Amino acid sequence: MKKTYKIEVDCANCALKMEEAAKSVDGVKDAVVSFMTQKMNVEFAEGADDKTVMQAVLKACKKVEDDCEIYL
Amino acid sequence: MTKKQKKMLVRIVLAAALLIGFYFLPVTGAVKFVLYLIPYVVIGYDILRKAFLGLLHREVFDENFLMAVATVGAILLGEYQEGVAVMLFYQIGELFQAVAVGKSRRNISALMDIRPDYANIEKEDGKLEQVSPDEVAVGTVIVVCPGEKVPIDGFVVEGASSLNTSALTGESVPREAAAGDEIISGCVNLTGLLKIRTTREFGESTVSKILDLVENSSMKKSRSENFITRFAKYYTPAVCYGALALAVVPPLFMTLMGNAADWSMWITRALTFLVISCPCALVISIPLSFFGGIGGASACGILVKGSNYLEALAQTGCVVFDKTGTLTKGVFQVTEAVPVQAWTEGDSRTLLYYAAHAESYSSHPISKSLREAYGGAIDSEQVTEVEETGGEGVTARVDGHAVAAGNARLMRRLGLQCATPDGVGTVVHLAVDGVYAGYILIADVVKETAGEAIAALKKAGVKKTVMLTGDAKAVADHVAAGLGVDEVHSELLPADKVERVEELLQSRNRREKLAFVGDGINDAPVLSRADIGIAMGAMGSDAAIEAADIVLMDDDPVKIALAMRISRKCLRIVYENIAFALGVKALCLILGALGIAGMWMAIFADVGVMVIAVLNAIRCLKIKR
Repeated sequence: MKKTYKIEVDCANCALKMEEAAKSVDGVKDAVVSFMTQKMNVEFAEGADDKTVMQAVLKACKKVEDDCEIYL
Repeated sequence: MTKKQKKMLVRIVLAAALLIGFYFLPVTGAVKFVLYLIPYVVIGYDILRKAFLGLLHREVFDENFLMAVATVGAILLGEYQEGVAVMLFYQIGELFQAVAVGKSRRNISALMDIRPDYANIEKEDGKLEQVSPDEVAVGTVIVVCPGEKVPIDGFVVEGASSLNTSALTGESVPREAAAGDEIISGCVNLTGLLKIRTTREFGESTVSKILDLVENSSMKKSRSENFITRFAKYYTPAVCYGALALAVVPPLFMTLMGNAADWSMWITRALTFLVISCPCALVISIPLSFFGGIGGASACGILVKGSNYLEALAQTGCVVFDKTGTLTKGVFQVTEAVPVQAWTEGDSRTLLYYAAHAESYSSHPISKSLREAYGGAIDSEQVTEVEETGGEGVTARVDGHAVAAGNARLMRRLGLQCATPDGVGTVVHLAVDGVYAGYILIADVVKETAGEAIAALKKAGVKKTVMLTGDAKAVADHVAAGLGVDEVHSELLPADKVERVEELLQSRNRREKLAFVGDGINDAPVLSRADIGIAMGAMGSDAAIEAADIVLMDDDPVKIALAMRISRKCLRIVYENIAFALGVKALCLILGALGIAGMWMAIFADVGVMVIAVLNAIRCLKIKR
């Protein structure tokens, strides 16, 4: 399952860090962050619940870039 | 400017004012330290906070950390003004970058924005009501006034107008639409009021699909982007350790040699080093360049599904074409109607008259093209005793004359000798009242721009052009010779096409990419097998949008060469930015280590390079047609 979320992030490097952080969350198969369109594409692993996974993703992203926002 | 950016502007002005004010105050010692702490905190509290949080999360090597260390270091060394100024200029640079990037992002997005905001539905009292396009059910009649966008796919039930399709195709010549015509969402109605019965939901309409495609295009990252991501991962820690070494090693060495260590000088140099090192210019300018290139291409009616495809396009060495619908129009047209001399009853017009009438009951494309070529009204009452024989043709009585229209086999069965046409195409022989009358030649017409397209590709450096077709050899060779295609493979089944492309993929040079251009209808396997799949005819064809990597919205093969030019320009700018940013940084790092470059140079190396790279990246948007 793939979903796209709107995000807010100020710098391109931070967007890269968010991508890395999102990828390392359990239940995320792959994640891509586009700084240009301010969007995050998340592909969930089989059987993962997107709501709980995204909470974890948000937490992981906040950890690397305090200023970022993901609109769930 | 966003709220955040406005707040930052206020902080910058405030801190700058304080800094200038304190410069004229005759204070020293602890008082000076405390005073300068005020503007420092005003301008830098968020950076300090982020650096601290980063430390807590073991994310030490980021730019916040670099700036915090550099400025705190400067202040501890007693360089109060320098410390505050560095932070101030860093923030000014960040703000400028955020505004510039945000602006160009919006510009590019606006270029691609064809999203309709509402649909008009006529109420019973004749007034128009604006509703969200999402809410319009299939089969609803919507009203599109002049100047409005068509929000949903459908067909015209009432009215006539011309439509501007430039947002979809890049084509500036308006398209005419009248009752009965199919109409695609995303066009702008120019002249008359149109009533349209929708055939799809908004989410399934062309405009939604294209928007979806374009918005997701920056998700597929190019090799250059991935390179920078990997690079940044090693680069920042490397520079940090370098700075640490610069601060510690030379003074220790000096002490060992018995000289004065001069710790403060080496620490200052190390801090300069840190400021120079920020990788932002690279990290921001490369995706921005690709984004600009994709935006510029979409303004020309070329949709690119990802930065990686735009990058690959620059290395195209071989272009494989499907014939029908790609190089040719894919519609059959009568190219010749030749009565034989022995037949004296009429001319080519009479020939078409008989053929069109005899075939008037058939819906086959060939019959349709005959009726189109005849052009006049078909009086079906004059046509009787129609008899169709599969694989041969039709016999019928037209105006009382016995007419036979079909291939050579039909003529042989009727015991007639038929002529051999010079041209290439499908031949319809005609016999009237048992006498051979002549033949009509029907062929697929080559697109006006096809020859130009092949020539333009050659000029753009494509080494080989290949045409694949399921059509007969004679037809294929004829078309290929006319266009200047290097290699032709004819009489192929769809599966054979995949095989041919496989062979070509095997034999090509590794560094060169193979592009396949098809109309997307039965080419899906080949489109996905090729390095770059380019589909024609996105106007309504979902299969094309699905299968291809690049979609040419207006079916014009010339756009392939244009897309290559855009791709090359984009890549050139990317390389320029990489070389420029790395070059300036390396130079400044050396100068900084030697003590020649101070904090000011460091700030230029960080912010200045970034701004120049961003401005350069924006050039990708501008495309010469």
